[in-house]
Amino acid sequence: MKRRHFGLGLAALAGAGCSDPRSHSQAVYMLVDTSGTYAVEVSKAQRIVNYLLGTLQPGDSLAVARVKSRSFSEKDIIAKATFDNRPSQANAQKRVFREQMEAFTRGAQGSAYTDITGGLIQGSMFLTETGAGHKTILIFSDMQEELDKVTQRDFPIDLKDIRVVAVNVVKLGTDNVDPRRYLGRLEAWQKRVEAAGAREWRVINDIEHLDGVLKG
Amino acid sequence: MDSSFWMIVPGNAALSALVWFVIAMPFLYAARTPVHELLHAIGLLAGAPLRASSRWLLGAARDLRERNRQVLLAHGREEAGQQIAREFERVSALVTRDLEGYPALQRRLLDEITRVEEDYKKCGEVPPPPPDWVDAVSAVANVKSGGGELVTRLLEEINRSIQAIHEKTLAEYRRAYEERHEILDGFMPFWRSLDKTLAQADRKMTSLTDRAAAIDAQMARFEQIVGNTDRAEHALTLSALTQFFVATLVIVVAAGGALINFKLIALPMSEMVGAGDYLTASLRTSEVAALVIIFVEATMGLFLMETLRITHLFPKIHALSDTMRKRMLWIAFTLLLTLAGIEAALALMRDMLIADKQALMQSLATTAHAAAAGDGWLARIPTIGQIVLGFILPFALAFVAIPLESFIASARTVGGAALVIAMRALAVLLRLAGAFVRQGARVLGTLYDILIVLPLMVERLLRDRRAPRPDPSPPVTTGLEAVERS
Repeated sequence: MKRRHFGLGLAALAGAGCSDPRSHSQAVYMLVDTSGTYAVEVSKAQRIVNYLLGTLQPGDSLAVARVKSRSFSEKDIIAKATFDNRPSQANAQKRVFREQMEAFTRGAQGSAYTDITGGLIQGSMFLTETGAGHKTILIFSDMQEELDKVTQRDFPIDLKDIRVVAVNVVKLGTDNVDPRRYLGRLEAWQKRVEAAGAREWRVINDIEHLDGVLKG
Repeated sequence: MDSSFWMIVPGNAALSALVWFVIAMPFLYAARTPVHELLHAIGLLAGAPLRASSRWLLGAARDLRERNRQVLLAHGREEAGQQIAREFERVSALVTRDLEGYPALQRRLLDEITRVEEDYKKCGEVPPPPPDWVDAVSAVANVKSGGGELVTRLLEEINRSIQAIHEKTLAEYRRAYEERHEILDGFMPFWRSLDKTLAQADRKMTSLTDRAAAIDAQMARFEQIVGNTDRAEHALTLSALTQFFVATLVIVVAAGGALINFKLIALPMSEMVGAGDYLTASLRTSEVAALVIIFVEATMGLFLMETLRITHLFPKIHALSDTMRKRMLWIAFTLLLTLAGIEAALALMRDMLIADKQALMQSLATTAHAAAAGDGWLARIPTIGQIVLGFILPFALAFVAIPLESFIASARTVGGAALVIAMRALAVLLRLAGAFVRQGARVLGTLYDILIVLPLMVERLLRDRRAPRPDPSPPVTTGLEAVERS
């Protein structure tokens, strides 16, 4: 199958005589929730980042940002990199990225509120700037947004052509009392994300099976 | 719309259909001749073009076969001519190499024969004959003693003397024979040398005879080809078919080698041209670059084989002067060598990149790290293997030019023969289809007559009553036949 694609591609190349203008690179923006009780889950975020580092190819982009009381800021980006086209250089960048993430997980501090929407807007802007062909936002959070009274986030957001994947959405104490709260929370996020023009909404709770994180 | 509107007898479709059929029968009978004409026309309309196409295809297949035959024989003539020329070159080389020393060989043989003759003459020298006085002694010996003491003593003395002389003569005789035996012993090396020289000459002559036999065989083949015989054509077709399959097999094997080559250099090429650039949705620039290198290597190999005059794909290269051809040969070889060196380096880089990636993945894994591979010579074998493979494969691919030439040459014959077979098969199918359509029209006409069998029976009955009966059983003709006759 792959070989046939290869042959077809070669024939198409011969016919067209020019390169494909579309971008085939991937860009991933990962939001890591450090608020309240979820802060203890940060070590799992490191595993997800390691998986991404092992999966992303030269030319792809990766950024990891924390979710705090107000997350719409470049300062919340812990590490970001667009990997070099040369595999050897890309590997070196990945090593540096990993070290930055390790430093973050060692000294991660919790926050009073959780501004997921701000993080989404910031992520959307970052991904658009990369110009990647496949854009993904990973939300490592319990998806319980809590904003202070001053912060305004109740307006439509733009997530056009972006896949949004919620990872490790743990159940809160109140969810155990009434599971409808948990399901309702996920449903509300799905509606909001899809209304924002996202290409796909997905929830992955088992971080041992992250195969579907990057490919829809 | 109600689906039962046509039913004359409500609720009984079969009876309704029967009633309709009975009502329609007179009209069907009335329309018999036009319907038969229509069916006949349709049969002709569809059948005639099919038959015409079939005839055209058969004619075209015949022409194509003849053309294939001419091309095949011309190719065979050229090939046989080249082989005969090559055989003559070999004979010429043989004559130059072996028979230019023939005068020296002949002189050596004559010298050896002269020497043997001289020795033989020496052997022929007989020992001196017995002295003349032997007769006198015989006469004395025959003298009767008569019992005289003097005579007896005299005879005894004579006997003693003769015995002494006899022994002396015998000794001389033996010595003479010993000398001759010694001379004969001295013959042996000359005989051996003579035998060896003659065997050598015989070997050379046999080799020349073999070459002459090969030329005879080639000439016989050439004559058959020139005579445009079926046997020659059959032999050439078989030869082309064999060449085609063998060349295809070798090319498939070479394609496997090229694929391995591609795998070896595709990854490291991304280090040179980037891994993130795509030419199409699924084709990376690095993969295309690797392919281009392989194709360039194959092309250089092709030129190398051309300039070495092993293949004959480019007449312009063969028309070049020897100096220019040699220059081109060295350029092609240098480029091939350079590309092979680059491939070896890329193979090494591939190994390093994989090792680096593996180390990164190990550091990213949260589970216990796997034991690192040792740095011993065992761990270096795959690396060395890749480097050697990267260097050798371009040269191995260069030899693809030979089966490629055979493939191209034989594909014309095989493809032409396959096309002829396909055209003939299509012609047969078209002819069958034409016959089917014409016979189908007749069958339909007969079926139509069966449908209106009742009015037809009435018609025949009336006709029989009116007409006189000269013949008790007049032939019954269907309407379609009547139309065909008209």
